[in-house]
Amino acid sequence: MLVDNHLTRPNVSMLGTSAMLFEAPGAFSLATQRRIWTLARMVSAWPGVQEAAPCMTNVMLTFVTPPEEPERLEDALLAAWEAAEPDQTEGRVVDVPVIYGGEYGPDLLDLAAHAELPPEEVVRLHAESRLIVFAIGSHPGNAYLGGLDPRIAMPRRKIPRLRLEAGSTSIGGLQAGLGGTPGPSGWNCIGRASIPVFDAQRDPPALLAPGDTVRFHAERVIL
Amino acid sequence: MIEILDTAPLSSVQDLGRAPYLRYGVSCSGVMDQLALRTGNALLGNAENLACIEIQAFPCRIRFRTARAFALTGADCAATLDGLPLPPWWAAPAREGAELTLSAPRRGSRAYLTVAGGIDVPSVLGSRSTQFRGSFGGHEGRWLQSGDLLPAGATADATVMAPGFGAEPPETAFPADWAHFDLQPNTTSVRVLPAGEYGLFTEESQRRFWDTAWKITGQSNRAGFRLAGQPLEFAQRIEMRSHGIVPGVVQVPPSGEPIIQLSDAHTAGGYPKIGTVIEADLWRLAQAPLGSRLRFVPVTYRAALDALRQGDAWIAALRRLAEQYRSLCSSGRAP
Repeated sequence: MLVDNHLTRPNVSMLGTSAMLFEAPGAFSLATQRRIWTLARMVSAWPGVQEAAPCMTNVMLTFVTPPEEPERLEDALLAAWEAAEPDQTEGRVVDVPVIYGGEYGPDLLDLAAHAELPPEEVVRLHAESRLIVFAIGSHPGNAYLGGLDPRIAMPRRKIPRLRLEAGSTSIGGLQAGLGGTPGPSGWNCIGRASIPVFDAQRDPPALLAPGDTVRFHAERVIL
Repeated sequence: MIEILDTAPLSSVQDLGRAPYLRYGVSCSGVMDQLALRTGNALLGNAENLACIEIQAFPCRIRFRTARAFALTGADCAATLDGLPLPPWWAAPAREGAELTLSAPRRGSRAYLTVAGGIDVPSVLGSRSTQFRGSFGGHEGRWLQSGDLLPAGATADATVMAPGFGAEPPETAFPADWAHFDLQPNTTSVRVLPAGEYGLFTEESQRRFWDTAWKITGQSNRAGFRLAGQPLEFAQRIEMRSHGIVPGVVQVPPSGEPIIQLSDAHTAGGYPKIGTVIEADLWRLAQAPLGSRLRFVPVTYRAALDALRQGDAWIAALRRLAEQYRSLCSSGRAP
């Protein structure tokens, strides 16, 4: 049986000599995630830290030089977490036009059937969800979005698709996603953004940043 | 200018990797065998991070359109330059039009061609490494193919006289004297630090993780090595939240057979991690052939750090020695 890893206290572990992972305790929530963003910002300025990459209620530190005494870094990290207030930055509101269904969203009809809703209603609920960017990660520009209407949640596909195109808007469990680059995915793809989500020549290269709100608009729905 | 005459689509331009862009989902990419690239750059007097051609499929033929000093490190590919044999881990001059041929490796599995001045493709997000998922970096963001022309960078100090000079291969400089005594042939040992979810496995599976000679399956590449062996069992199954991962992380998916994440891995994952192959041993993985076997050897953080420093010191010493040799060459007093 599967249980979520509801840690009762923060967990710090090493990834070899290359990185250190901090995992926040408690339920998966925006409030916790806001503290993670604060922690990541604080820690990324520490000496010896190359980058602090926030993910889902956790943050990974990579090193310029591995710490001589990781225990001391761990203590500092735990103290910083205790002091971390939720990040109050108002993210931007980013409007993302989407073509839903057809070849752009091959799983729209499956998801509608799973949700026992007409596909138009799935599109409406997806576009009206107030989706917050929790993290950018996994592959270039890929956004993990929280705040999906639970009526259109759907478990990941048993057999992943070999390729979803860049800009795919998808649903994996209670998470929504906006893919930055083409590649395999186990998430249910219901549409595709018609603006670029990742551009290596741009600074920053990703369209979205943690804390941003995404408003999807149905540019077209193919049924 | 370097011309690719013949290669399977498994060669690419790589440097030591891209950072710090994990927070944009951009993996580090970079060479699989950092020690080989650093050695090549040290022999030629290049800056440590200049880009090379990583060659993973053989045979491979390359032409020097202009005369240039180069180094060939990594796998021993019975290389020839204009038909004459070239020792492995060797730097030599190539005349204009010289043809370099690499054959199936006798030892190791990835070869690295560095040139004086480096492979001078544009730097994207701070690196010349090819990012395949994002189709950027390297040469046009893709695998190399016949007919590709790659510019070599400007160089001030790279006088290498024929027949050239070499470095001691890392497998003799860094023998795995910590490996299990009962090692079977065709088995690579790498040192592993236990990771966050080590304790979630049954005691029997923890033991078996260290005792198994895991087979590197054919579904292994720059993104990761999928291993085959008796599946490991979880004492407790949990659904992890997605979190950052780095090359070397050993994940165990529900099937129970470990996957080692490598240069082109995703920046985040959600499978439990049983351990991490230490950074100092990633070159050993890079040179382990498909179908061969892997043994994991437990190590302390302190020893992992020492191993990393030994590599750094070795490269620094090699760089000094190569510099002396090249200055003798340029003053006409070559040994």
